[in-house]
Amino acid sequence: MNSLSILPPVLALGLSPLLIGVIQRTKAVFAGRKGPSLFQPYFDLWKLWRKGAVYSRTTTWVFRAGPVMGLAAVGTATLLVPIGSVAAPLAFAGDLVLFAYLLGLMRFVTVLAALDTGSAFEGMGASREVWVSALAEPALLLALGVVAQGTNALSLSGMFAGLADQGLKMGPALALVLVALLIVVLAENARIPVDDPATHLELTMIHEVMVLDHSGPDLGFVLYGAAVKLWVLGLLIVNTLLPLGTGSATWSLAMALGGMLGLAVVIGAIESVMARLRLVVIPQLLVGAGALAAVALMLGMR
Amino acid sequence: MTLLLWALALWIGTGALAGLMRRRSAAAWTAALGVAAGAVLAAIPAVSVLIHGEALRYSRPWSIPSAAFALRLDALSAWFLLVIVGVSALAAVYGVQYLEAAPAGKPVRRAWCCFNLLLASMAVVVVASNAMLFLVAWEVMAVASFLLVTFDDEQESVQTAGWIYLVATHLGAAFLLVFFMVLARETGTMDLEQWAGAGIQAPQWAGVLFVLALVGFGSKAGFMPLHVWLPEAHPAAPSHVSAVMSGVMIKTGIYGLARALTFLGPPPLWWGWTLVGVGLTSGILGVLFALAQHDLKRLLAYHSVENIGIIALGLGVGLMGMSLQAPVLTVLGLGGALLHVMNHAVFKGLLFLGAGSVLHATGTRDLEQLGGLLKRMPWTGVTFVVGAAAICGLPPFNGFVSEFLIYVGAFRAGVASGSAALWGWLVIGGLALIGGLAAACFAKAFGIVFLGEARSELAGKAHECGGAMRWPMVVLAAVCLGAGLGAPVVLRGVAPAVGTLSGLPLPAVAEPFAQAGGWLRPITTAGLVLITAMVALAWLRRRLLEGREIGAAGTWDCGYARPTARMQYTASSFAQPLTALFRSLLRTRDHAAGPSGLFPVQARFASHTPDVCQEGFFAPLFRGVQSGLSRLRWLQQGTVQLYLLYIALGLVALLIWKLR
Repeated sequence: MNSLSILPPVLALGLSPLLIGVIQRTKAVFAGRKGPSLFQPYFDLWKLWRKGAVYSRTTTWVFRAGPVMGLAAVGTATLLVPIGSVAAPLAFAGDLVLFAYLLGLMRFVTVLAALDTGSAFEGMGASREVWVSALAEPALLLALGVVAQGTNALSLSGMFAGLADQGLKMGPALALVLVALLIVVLAENARIPVDDPATHLELTMIHEVMVLDHSGPDLGFVLYGAAVKLWVLGLLIVNTLLPLGTGSATWSLAMALGGMLGLAVVIGAIESVMARLRLVVIPQLLVGAGALAAVALMLGMR
Repeated sequence: MTLLLWALALWIGTGALAGLMRRRSAAAWTAALGVAAGAVLAAIPAVSVLIHGEALRYSRPWSIPSAAFALRLDALSAWFLLVIVGVSALAAVYGVQYLEAAPAGKPVRRAWCCFNLLLASMAVVVVASNAMLFLVAWEVMAVASFLLVTFDDEQESVQTAGWIYLVATHLGAAFLLVFFMVLARETGTMDLEQWAGAGIQAPQWAGVLFVLALVGFGSKAGFMPLHVWLPEAHPAAPSHVSAVMSGVMIKTGIYGLARALTFLGPPPLWWGWTLVGVGLTSGILGVLFALAQHDLKRLLAYHSVENIGIIALGLGVGLMGMSLQAPVLTVLGLGGALLHVMNHAVFKGLLFLGAGSVLHATGTRDLEQLGGLLKRMPWTGVTFVVGAAAICGLPPFNGFVSEFLIYVGAFRAGVASGSAALWGWLVIGGLALIGGLAAACFAKAFGIVFLGEARSELAGKAHECGGAMRWPMVVLAAVCLGAGLGAPVVLRGVAPAVGTLSGLPLPAVAEPFAQAGGWLRPITTAGLVLITAMVALAWLRRRLLEGREIGAAGTWDCGYARPTARMQYTASSFAQPLTALFRSLLRTRDHAAGPSGLFPVQARFASHTPDVCQEGFFAPLFRGVQSGLSRLRWLQQGTVQLYLLYIALGLVALLIWKLR
């Protein structure tokens, strides 16, 4: 572990709200509006952290612990994801499994916090969240498995560093993986076409309704955690797509940051031009992502 | 070894004493203290074997032909023995208070006698070194647990459950009988140690023997589709017995399979595939059926099927490593499987004890009647959520570590070239799906039972369980966390057991184990970071809220004025998207009567998910057997003279056969 390894978690924690700002600005531009400042998410977080809170009388400590534990889990996950050739502080064979399960822990506590309110709305959101994620998890691990297969490495840092010289050889398989990862990222982060982050009170949504009862600093933790989750998952796509392993670390970092902003623009564009899918179609989409990853694995099998 | 013999004597002695005592509470304490003291005595040699690696032996001749009272405690036995005595001791302490609530006239003393006998027989099963002794202990275990399952024998459902269990366990034992007879005939001895040493000389039998062991031991372990007794029998038993049966008794099936593998020589590749296939079926179908249940203990029983599936996946990966001569793969697979044996015993024991407290406090196991118990039962709630997180494989708890080892093994198999790659990826996809579904299922189990508002009066009047029931759960929850954070240390304990199981010499296992330990250390680091971050953020949250206005209100219900507890999401509705997705496998039946007319008075909805294997396979099979056998009724006329004639004919036939 060299001193540069401090950068992936620091960047994730520092810059992730910016991604949300870029997505919002992109959507505004598509809609012909001027849109809020790119830094609006930071202002929102600052505002929420200085507010009081209202708690439902039904809730227990589980409701209060949910946002805290969720943010801690995704914060720990930032220690595992490298940026191109800049290795993550924690890198070991199989760290991708820990990564997936830390996100699982975040989801578990969020779901429990939602059920703690005893609200039918939040129960419905929680039910749909576990439904979507149970299908997204195999797709995520198999997609990362393709990269592991191509580079013969089992840690995220090793895999993405190895892509620099293996990437081109894996061409078609990587293209399939990118599509699969993009679907997983959109689903896991409650984005269109799986979920709609803009609706708060419709029966159609999944993630937003789960956090309906949170307020004040707790809501701040929830929003911040969601932004960090978007960052770490998005980084998987950027790491796979761009040949970040070549050249100097500075060049690698610059490309990665550019890539992340580009990804935010792409997500914003997808949200602007697409409608949310009907709920019954979502499993097909996620199983499709798993199937793409499986096909990519078969391409790589020797 | 003397200590182990003392422990056996103590268990059986206090069990018999408890059976004879007049006062129920005295009987309970005698038996439970005997169990606990014996557990300490038995744990000492087990730990010493795991540390030093030297097997302990004890042998006494026995008057039964070709049998001997031969015990042998090697590393594999020691690992299982530790798991068995640990969970049983805590369950026994819990059981004292749990059974106090049983109404007069219940066979409480019988239950204690059988509990101790069950423990003693499980211990003998894992240390027996003679096939005959093994089978006798196996049978005692089955009968003792049958008598425990039928504790509430006035209920019809319990009678059915007991009956199904008795039939299933004996069908399994029949396969084992054949298995041992073939081995004994081929080797000319009944000594397990000699079987392991010499191996069988007839390789053509190895495949047959493997299948026999898989079916015979698999029916005890609960591999799909041989699991049908498990969701019937485990919920029927008193909860501390469910914890022992689901947590450790089914593991004797895994032990038997593991021990059998040491006799059968180098495994061909298809054994590994078969176990992976069995593991995927049990794992995925087990968790799916668990999702569809409304009965808390039945749900947990199906999760045992799932976890046995995960153990089978690990064994399968390990066997593939053995046949491919890849020691790292072997160690990861077998190590993960054996570690999961312990981990599952701990968290499943904990969850069943928690379910027992809920049942004790509310009198119902129906999820739809519960809710909001966390406020009334804080200790049970906190320990249950720890068990739930652990069984879902979430870090930093112990379940993650064993699943991690199996994952890494599968990844290594997948990344390598060759025919194992496909199976490696199947294991990964399967484990990921199981993980996601298990998280959904335990979010349901914990969320519906402990969170929200009480759905019925029963749940509204619940009370926390007493101290003697509380602290076994606290200890198990602490082990869940401790074994998760201290994974590198626990892994060192499992190393000699893997050595025995794989037949590799200790130095050959040490190297891959050191490697695996190197991967587990960062996991410990990550776990500590996670906990530190949680504490720090909790402190930050407290600071942020200091001096601010904190309001209390009703849950936001979108402006609806009169919400009731009945309007909360239910267990069935929570699981519905997933059960609907897999309806072709689950075949859930809905019984609905919708509201009708302008002023609807009544509407009703019920759904239940019967076991597909039982309904679609075993029930028709047994009906067929019954109708076939009923044709032979004419043989049985009820006349003694006729039966004497049958005996005479039988003797003549035997004589002719002998003279031939």
